[in-house]
Amino acid sequence: MYDAPLTRREAAVDDVKISARDVQVFYGDNHAIKDVDVDIQDKTVTAFIGPSGCGKSTFLRCLNRMNDTIDICRVEGRITIDGDDIYDKRVDPVQLRAKVGMVFQKPNPFPKSIYDNVAYGPKIHGMAKNKAELDEIVERALRRGAIWDEVKDRLHAPGTGLSGGQQQRLCIARAVATEPEVLLMDEPCSALDPIATAQVEELIDELRQTYSVVIVTHSMQQAARVSQKTAFFHLGHLVEFGETGQIFTNPEDKRTESYITGRIG
Amino acid sequence: MSDASLAPAASPRARRSLMETDAHTAKRNAAEKRFRLYGVAAICAGLFFLVVLLTSILGNGLSAFQQTFITTQVFLDPAKLDKAGNRDPDDIRKVSTFGYTPLIQNAVFEEVTSRNIETPLDSAKDMKALISASAAAQVRDFVIANPDRIGETVEFRILAASRVDGYLKDRVFREDVARDKNIDAEHLDLTDALVSAGVIAKQFNTSFIFGSDASESRAESAGLGVSMLGSFFMMLVVLVLALPIGVAASIYLEEFAPQNRFTDLIEVNISNLAAVPSIVFGILGLAVFIQFAHLPQSAPIVGGLVLTLMTLPTIIISTRASLKSVPPSIRDAALGVGASKMQAVFHHVLPLAMPGILTGTIIGLAQALGETAPLLLIGMVGYIATNYPDGFVSGFMDPNSAMPAQIYEWAKRADPAYYERAWGGIIILLVFLLTMNLIAILLRRRFERRW
Ligand SMILES: Nc1ncnc2c1ncn2[C@@H]1O[C@H](COP(=O)(O)OP(=O)(O)OP(=O)(O)O)[C@@H](O)[C@H]1O
Ligand SMILES: [Mg+2]
Repeated sequence: MYDAPLTRREAAVDDVKISARDVQVFYGDNHAIKDVDVDIQDKTVTAFIGPSGCGKSTFLRCLNRMNDTIDICRVEGRITIDGDDIYDKRVDPVQLRAKVGMVFQKPNPFPKSIYDNVAYGPKIHGMAKNKAELDEIVERALRRGAIWDEVKDRLHAPGTGLSGGQQQRLCIARAVATEPEVLLMDEPCSALDPIATAQVEELIDELRQTYSVVIVTHSMQQAARVSQKTAFFHLGHLVEFGETGQIFTNPEDKRTESYITGRIG
Repeated sequence: MSDASLAPAASPRARRSLMETDAHTAKRNAAEKRFRLYGVAAICAGLFFLVVLLTSILGNGLSAFQQTFITTQVFLDPAKLDKAGNRDPDDIRKVSTFGYTPLIQNAVFEEVTSRNIETPLDSAKDMKALISASAAAQVRDFVIANPDRIGETVEFRILAASRVDGYLKDRVFREDVARDKNIDAEHLDLTDALVSAGVIAKQFNTSFIFGSDASESRAESAGLGVSMLGSFFMMLVVLVLALPIGVAASIYLEEFAPQNRFTDLIEVNISNLAAVPSIVFGILGLAVFIQFAHLPQSAPIVGGLVLTLMTLPTIIISTRASLKSVPPSIRDAALGVGASKMQAVFHHVLPLAMPGILTGTIIGLAQALGETAPLLLIGMVGYIATNYPDGFVSGFMDPNSAMPAQIYEWAKRADPAYYERAWGGIIILLVFLLTMNLIAILLRRRFERRW
């Protein structure tokens, strides 16, 4: 899979899952995201790359309205998921976040058992009718998080007692346990060693079968390895968006080219 | 920026062996050594004062837990106590303590004569100076409770008079009694004789811990029990009001309230309230709860309300601090899996903040328990409480005192016997405070979790 030539990789399906039009984000007076238009496809991995502070995380957090928790943050424009405007008054952000899961840059398991970490989401969404069903959901999620084999004997040990890489995979399992349709990952591998990184990347590739995945990364290689589409952000602008292969081999914009070749950043 | 500026300039530090200390390092090390010495000195000074404090408290106060008693056989004379002879409780009640005093004096005099103790005091009336004024009430209460025992001779352990107690505790000296109209040298001789006969003895005084306060002239029978109850009912009010209000307010302010001028203002004011002198809360309570709301004076409910006002800022500040210390990543994690804000707070943040909240609350309660000044203004000092409140409601509504106020009251009284009781009361108060702090530590250990 990974060694397929970049140019031959394509998105599996063409239908648009998330569509953003003319998005502006302000932190107080700081205009952090400017005029961003982007279409994120279903069953596709989309990578956001760009220098530090260019607004990748900010934009990612717009997609599940995590920015609502920041008082000074203001979002303008239109973001739709399956055609529904997520900033519409009728949309409950809590419902949205069940549909759009998120994995954070730093692994942040709850200070509870491994089992409870994964079971928490399904529990509050009423996804299981009884303990057996919940057990099943937890096992499936942990398997998809590629961590089942390591933790199956100590499901009731604290999640915070795992290694960094295991914690991050636990967080991924926790995110997929609620069966989201979109998975947002903000630098999920920044705290991981190469082996754990490879595991997570493999996992992302599997998740692509069912989800639309958006990943923020500082590693060009990672973006090239896991994504089908790449968006390059610079100073709050979406400079270039297209097929990963094309962005990495033949960027249209000079800024993209300099960033990829390591001249800005 | 040119690369040249980054190249190492000619080294300003001469090359030296690591084995020799240069002047700069020696100076630094000396400064560090001095600082450590200051620290040790400061701790020693603190420890010294702690030891002085504890020894003086224990030295002055422990004797309050011992009291001098006279063991004597009292003949419950039917001719005096039940003239009609029909054991009618109403008739028996009509006999006041004055009727009992001669019986007790006779009994003590009998102890003296039966042992052939030589003394110039040759009448039962002369025994008065040895016997506490509260003894008559003690015997009377017994008779009213057991009317059928009238006519029998019953053994009583009655309180000795305060001067006798003081003599046994080295508070009253022979040299001083010439100026004392309550007791004289003959009585002290008699006391010595009765002590060696085993009639008068110091014993552990439970009624100091559980009993009620007594009037100025009966220091020997004063106890802290009723004011302890007063404190207990006040703490109940504080706990029931301050904990939920304080925690709810802090959760709202910390997790839900928008960050704006108004909430900033509230925040500043809460911090300021924590620094307001407690007597200000007292006068506020007087104005609001007593003069405006017409709640009863001197009642634990009012005291509790005033102390609630005083404790709230402490609880709010410590709760907010412990909520703040929960890493935001935990909130993000909960929101990220689709928990509502309230679920995130109640399922994840609050349990992690719990040890801090509980510690803050207990420390707030301990503060309130030791507070005296506001109670002065709402009349919770003075000789009010002579009896236990009967029942829960009267515990809140009846006039009462509180432990620190009672101690203050005792310390104010003229009789030196009360001085000892004030120190003893402080020991009890400290035991309560230490227990509360211990509970705070245990809870903290119990709930503490890593994340
Ligand atoms: N909570 C916040 N409050 C105020 N300004 C913020 C906040 N978060 C981000 N910003 C600002 O928004 C801009 C974009 O930040 P963002 O975190 O999205 O960058 P990023 O591309 O994710 O950077 P990095 O790669 O370093 O994570 C920055 O200028 C930053 O200062
Ligand atoms: Mg970021």
